[in-house]
Amino acid sequence: MSGIIADPTDSCTPAQEIPADLSGQMLELDEDDDLEVFSKDTTLTDGSFFNASMPTSPASMINQYKFEEEADDKDIFITVDNPESHVTAIETFITYRVLTKTTRSEFDSCEYEVRRRYQDFLWLKGRLEEAHPTLIVHPLPEKFVVKGMVERFNDDFIETRRKALHKFLNRVADHPILSCSEDFKVFLTAQAWELTSHKKQGPGFLSRMGETVRAVAATVRGVKNRPEEFTAIQEYVDTFSQKITSLDKVTQRILKEQKEYLDELKEYGPVYTLWSGSEEELVEPLKGVASCIERCCREKEEQISHLSETLVPSLHEYVLCAETLKSVLRRRDNIQADYEAKNDMLANKKTDREVLKEEIDKLEDKVECANNALKVDWARWQKNMSGDIRGAFLSTAEKNIDYYEKCLAVWESFLLSQRSEHSVEGTREQQTAKDACPQDT
Amino acid sequence: MADSSTEEGPVIGKTDEAAVDVENNTTNTMVEEGMRLLNKMEISVAEAEKRMGKNTVSMAETHTVYLIETRPVEVAAECQNTPPDCLWRRYSEFELLRNYLLVTYPFVVVPPLPEKRAEFMWHKLSSDNMDPDFVERRRVGLENFLLRVASHPVLSNDKILYSFLKQENGWKEMVLETGFQAKIDSRLKTLNATFRVKNPDKRFSDLKHYSDDLQSVTSRLLRVRARVADRLYGVYKVHGNYGRVFSEWSAIEKEMGDGLQSAGHHMDAYASSIDDILEEEEHYADQLKEYMFYAEALRAVCRKHELLQYELETAAQDLASRKQQHEEPATGTVRTFSFKEMTTKLFGLETAEQREAKLKVLEEQIAEGEELVKEKTTECNEFVKNAWEDIEHFREQKDRDLKEALISYAVMQISVCRKGIQVWSNAKECFNKM
Repeated sequence: MSGIIADPTDSCTPAQEIPADLSGQMLELDEDDDLEVFSKDTTLTDGSFFNASMPTSPASMINQYKFEEEADDKDIFITVDNPESHVTAIETFITYRVLTKTTRSEFDSCEYEVRRRYQDFLWLKGRLEEAHPTLIVHPLPEKFVVKGMVERFNDDFIETRRKALHKFLNRVADHPILSCSEDFKVFLTAQAWELTSHKKQGPGFLSRMGETVRAVAATVRGVKNRPEEFTAIQEYVDTFSQKITSLDKVTQRILKEQKEYLDELKEYGPVYTLWSGSEEELVEPLKGVASCIERCCREKEEQISHLSETLVPSLHEYVLCAETLKSVLRRRDNIQADYEAKNDMLANKKTDREVLKEEIDKLEDKVECANNALKVDWARWQKNMSGDIRGAFLSTAEKNIDYYEKCLAVWESFLLSQRSEHSVEGTREQQTAKDACPQDT
Repeated sequence: MADSSTEEGPVIGKTDEAAVDVENNTTNTMVEEGMRLLNKMEISVAEAEKRMGKNTVSMAETHTVYLIETRPVEVAAECQNTPPDCLWRRYSEFELLRNYLLVTYPFVVVPPLPEKRAEFMWHKLSSDNMDPDFVERRRVGLENFLLRVASHPVLSNDKILYSFLKQENGWKEMVLETGFQAKIDSRLKTLNATFRVKNPDKRFSDLKHYSDDLQSVTSRLLRVRARVADRLYGVYKVHGNYGRVFSEWSAIEKEMGDGLQSAGHHMDAYASSIDDILEEEEHYADQLKEYMFYAEALRAVCRKHELLQYELETAAQDLASRKQQHEEPATGTVRTFSFKEMTTKLFGLETAEQREAKLKVLEEQIAEGEELVKEKTTECNEFVKNAWEDIEHFREQKDRDLKEALISYAVMQISVCRKGIQVWSNAKECFNKM
């Protein structure tokens, strides 16, 4: 975007300092595009042998700590809008326009416009998670909505999904590591056919199968010596998941109650108007009350819209986040379980111990990288979460205050009109009294 | 102390003036304001109690009795400490009193009693007649009834009313001895009149329509209001869940914990505030109910008028036909069919004496008939005059009371909004700290 002066290479230049705990693992030289950041050897990535991720040097790791800078230095802006229906012989689906504006140097142009469907987003998420199993990737909106809308192409559903997709991409863009992903770049820039061919490039079906089998085996095995801090995170996540789900439900329930209240309120005002039809003296106050109620209805409608556009999706996002967190912790456990298994094997092996030892060392590194990545991203996630939740509740509280203030003004002006009528009558009475006895004045 | 609810407008006489009035007024005219009972005496329905008793089939049952306290105004003004006279009455006795008044003063729009059974309840309030809130609201309603009756220019002078307030024992017998129950117009009779009356007074027809409209619109309003209250209750109460979940969540949060916890308290406060809000609104509902029942009283006056009008028309008609009968032999014209005519034709003419006798009877009947018509006309006119005066009085009272009620409703809404602003501002501060 014009006006933003940022060093587009910020996220990917080598830094002067390297945090002590990472120096052991970091590559000192290679900035080969094909290398994955966390390992010395590409073969040790979890399955994605031909991962085309951008290198993220130690510098990028440091940059994560500078949260404030991220906002000022924002060098990429993505919008998701303009849903359109596509009809083919086989199926009908919705595509969304993804518009990217950036000053980053790795992008050939500074503006891109592509169309993507939900499946594409799913693919991207999958790739990011494969490449960075212990990073916390923002959730995508659900495939189907369980309750409520069955109609996939319902307008509200599409709009809700669009907003969530928008948020997803922006969160990825904000993430110091994920935003450097080659897959991410391809997603934002490639034309339809390019994307399709890129998708095919990924690790072969068989290699992915192998990866899945290993993952399942690891799950079955279980992890033995989970570090205390990850147990603490697990416990947190379990409780958080429960609480956020409850909050989501409570908020949905409030929304429902508010809508039902509004429905009744809409019937209420007209009865006062009806009544005014048979009265004489009471016409003004009755109509006044009817009009007040009507205006309060409009305010209530706005309040309801705000709730469903702000707090409801926010909380729902974090319900999905909780599931993401659980997966991330599981994947971390699997990595460790893998290492532990191989380690156990060492005890029983008599021959080829050297080769095995090398493998074990690599796995050990992998575990440590995974742990560190998670630790850092966990702190980042917590900060984001508290910011998001705080923001959503703040906004709701403000809207509620606004609602009550507006209703207050409505009723107060009614009172004023009634009381001024009184005083008008009062002065009229005084006047007639004066007229009757002019000598008294 | 006479505790009249502020939203009604019964005129409790300014005590000093009343004392003076009592001294100065020797003639007791019905419309003299100074002679209204309430100006001489403070009345209140102070308490309610449960009593065990036997009902008509000698089965044990619990009923509620209400304590009526009265105290002369001068006495109360001078020394606050004199204990008031008091006696206990139950609802059925109030009903008896009212029925007596209805029959004895048919031209008066008799103030209604509070409802017998709880209706238009939104779900939280019980429909149980023994429920303390219901009993309390009924106590207020009964007091209101007495105050209205005692300040009415006509009703307040009634002896039976006075005894109701002063004489605990034997009152019921006294009322029944008046024989008012025999004077109750049967439903059939009044219905008949409604359909058969030929020249209804336009003012009364309009009033009839108005009272129908008033009754239907107030009952509809009460129904919708109850539903709105129900829904609002739901909205507020669900917020209480935030309180619980915030509190549980705050346990695992380090930085957000305090903010969450205190926000939770405010959510609890918000949820519980609805109980008072809706309890207050019940008073507004009671005011509406009173006028819904008043509509019935209005209707009763119209019915009575229809009946009187019908009776007058019938008397006049009878008189007219007798006069015609009287005319016929003299003029020789046959206007109406008569059995006598037929028999005459069949069996021959009557003798001169017979004819003389018949004419004499007819003349007597005509005289009677004319008396009756005169009576009925007077009755009708008196009724119309008195009724219309009372209706004007009622109209002014209604406009005043309902306007006050609407204003107090607005005041209530403002208070609800203020509370809402308070709670959410507090919550907002807590969220800020998260």
